[in-house]
Amino acid sequence: MSAAGGLVKTAGAIVTAPVRLLARLLDAPLSALQRLGGTNGMAAFFLLPNMAIFGVFVLFPLVVNIVYSTTGGTALFLANRNFVGAAQYQRLFSCDSYLDPKSCSEDLFWTAVWNTVAFVSVQVVLMVVVALITALVLNRDLRARSFWRAVFFFPVLLSPVVVGLIWRWILQRQGLANLGLYEMGFAPINWLVERNWAFAASVGVSVWAHVGFYALILLAGLQAIPKDLYEAAEMDGTRPARVFWRITLPLLMPNLLVVLVLVLIRAVQIFDEVYVLTGGGPGTATLYLTQYIYEVGFASALRNPGLASAASILMGLVLIVLTLFQLGIVRRNASKGQS
Amino acid sequence: MKIRTAFAAITAALMASTAAQAGDVRLMWYSDGVEGEVIKDLIDRFNKDNPDIKVILDDVGYKVVQEQLPVELEAGRGPDIARVTNLKTLADHWLDLTPHIADAEYWKTNFGDQFDWMRPDGSDIIPGFMTQLTLTGGFANKTLFEQAGVELPGPDATWDDWVEAAGKVQDSQQLNAAFVVDRSGHRISAPIVSYGGNYIGPDRLPAPIDDGVKTFATKLVDWTEAGRMNKETWVSAAGTTYRPGIDDFINAQVAYYYSGSWQIAALSSKIGTNFDWVATGSPCGTAGCSGLPGGAALVGIKYTKNAEDVGKVMDYLASEEIVREFTERTLFLPAHKGVAAGAIDFKTEDANVKGALDVFVKATGNVIETANALPAWSWATPVYGVLVTRISQVMAGEMSIDDAFVRMDEDIKALVEAAK
Repeated sequence: MSAAGGLVKTAGAIVTAPVRLLARLLDAPLSALQRLGGTNGMAAFFLLPNMAIFGVFVLFPLVVNIVYSTTGGTALFLANRNFVGAAQYQRLFSCDSYLDPKSCSEDLFWTAVWNTVAFVSVQVVLMVVVALITALVLNRDLRARSFWRAVFFFPVLLSPVVVGLIWRWILQRQGLANLGLYEMGFAPINWLVERNWAFAASVGVSVWAHVGFYALILLAGLQAIPKDLYEAAEMDGTRPARVFWRITLPLLMPNLLVVLVLVLIRAVQIFDEVYVLTGGGPGTATLYLTQYIYEVGFASALRNPGLASAASILMGLVLIVLTLFQLGIVRRNASKGQS
Repeated sequence: MKIRTAFAAITAALMASTAAQAGDVRLMWYSDGVEGEVIKDLIDRFNKDNPDIKVILDDVGYKVVQEQLPVELEAGRGPDIARVTNLKTLADHWLDLTPHIADAEYWKTNFGDQFDWMRPDGSDIIPGFMTQLTLTGGFANKTLFEQAGVELPGPDATWDDWVEAAGKVQDSQQLNAAFVVDRSGHRISAPIVSYGGNYIGPDRLPAPIDDGVKTFATKLVDWTEAGRMNKETWVSAAGTTYRPGIDDFINAQVAYYYSGSWQIAALSSKIGTNFDWVATGSPCGTAGCSGLPGGAALVGIKYTKNAEDVGKVMDYLASEEIVREFTERTLFLPAHKGVAAGAIDFKTEDANVKGALDVFVKATGNVIETANALPAWSWATPVYGVLVTRISQVMAGEMSIDDAFVRMDEDIKALVEAAK
């Protein structure tokens, strides 16, 4: 045996010795545990650490939030808060017509709800379409393809606050966008003061910031499509549009569905970059549900944690529905793959 | 033996660091102008002269003081000392410094007039001191007025006079807007009071929205619709978000800016010699020409574990010599009676600054009683928030001004209900 081989063997022994010792020490209690609880009991035992973390950081806050939503007052500690039952929910739902926020006692909540619905409707469609087009382009045999992929992915790495600030500097009255318009001989636009422009800006900036992530998922899906299908189509003289509809889109559908649901969930939660960009204005044109909850629970001079909790529970219910929808899709795709 | 020595050294080091922590005093500070640098210098000197106490200065953004500090305080935590503007609403969290300071009479004599602004109603604690007094007021771009050939309105000019004059400057100099008021309920409360408004009901709870609020809010909305007030400052935000208009004034995009005395240092350092500016005091309404007093206070926090050290730090910062130096270097109006009574040598070469400070000192004589009562009223900040939210919605075209007044009353009623 060479000197190097001997050294490796010694090093291996040094590493494995304590592991063996530990295994020997644990053998007796683990064997006893398995005899007592069976295989399922052992599985539960190993899951305990994760369950504890999940319980402390997810389940417990969720339960506390539900309890908060049944209390009133401005105090933060539960012990100092008075039980009000469903009063906070009643306040949120006290409307003559849910379609008209002005008829609701909590008009800003319903304004935020309908703004969020409008945002989700537009942003999700736009995000999926732009992500698909981006992935299709980046999948082509471009010159400097890696560079272009990086260009589209870099905004994903930016903090949402940075994204909001950058675009605020671009879109404010004396920002770069208006300078560009002015140089081209057009009248400047008050992007962040006109309702429709501000809404469009909130959607556009959100798409710009996150499209790289979803394009990446779709790109992975595109690269998994067997090349020979395209070669066969080419030999048959199939038109590119037909190739897209008959080959690319059906085979990309699992990725597309996952992207759709992820975009949907994130769109409902929109807050950070839009909060920095528009502050929820003009007026309340870009006041979305998460900002409403933040304002009521944290930013106003007299905080109302109960009302904010009730609103967040309602939003959580919507997200649970969307998550179940996503799980359903994933399961259906998995079972299709097996059959 | 070596291991034992190393272990002993580590233990000694740990014990030493624990001892140092026992004397730590965390001071949460935010800055409007240059006062961050000044306080850092003052604290460095204190630390040097008092090796047994270590003051750690946490220089944070104003938003942190406004939004995060209250949550920490509710949880029974926080820094040992903090510089705050939300004085009355959070009054229950301030430490009574009386047993921890060297001479309570000195504090009462020199800072006593403002103690009610920052202590719970009916209490006689000494919670801290005002680092500066402020007064809301206006600033005019003198150079733009001169270039437009428009006379600066005199000391008794009304809000209408100022808007009309600034409007002429706007038209002549092709400005984006004639004037701007910070997006803040505190700022618009001065003109509201000048138009006879009063928020405080006979039971110390918020009174219904009155004619003073209606008059000035309607004017503000009309001026914004007419393109006289800069729309972006008020409209491009929702809720109670604060937006200052100072950048528009500094960039000479407006002829007139309504904010307050605390902006003097920032205006001086950022405008420099680009143009001449003057402070104007507060324009008049039908009930007076009042500004709104206020300021930032340095308060001890009830949850400190180093109350004695906090008292020593506060004694140092509140001493006449240090308050005078702080005042002269930050260009703030002092709250210390002794300092205010003597000559103050403001450290500036800028002639605009000295003139502005004189104007604000003079304007303190115009403050009417309803304005003076607001800093010591615990509902002031919540009411300010309601006004800003609803007036912005009117400016954005989301509701009529009359609907907004109805909503303001409902919002205030809901706040009172929620606080029960």
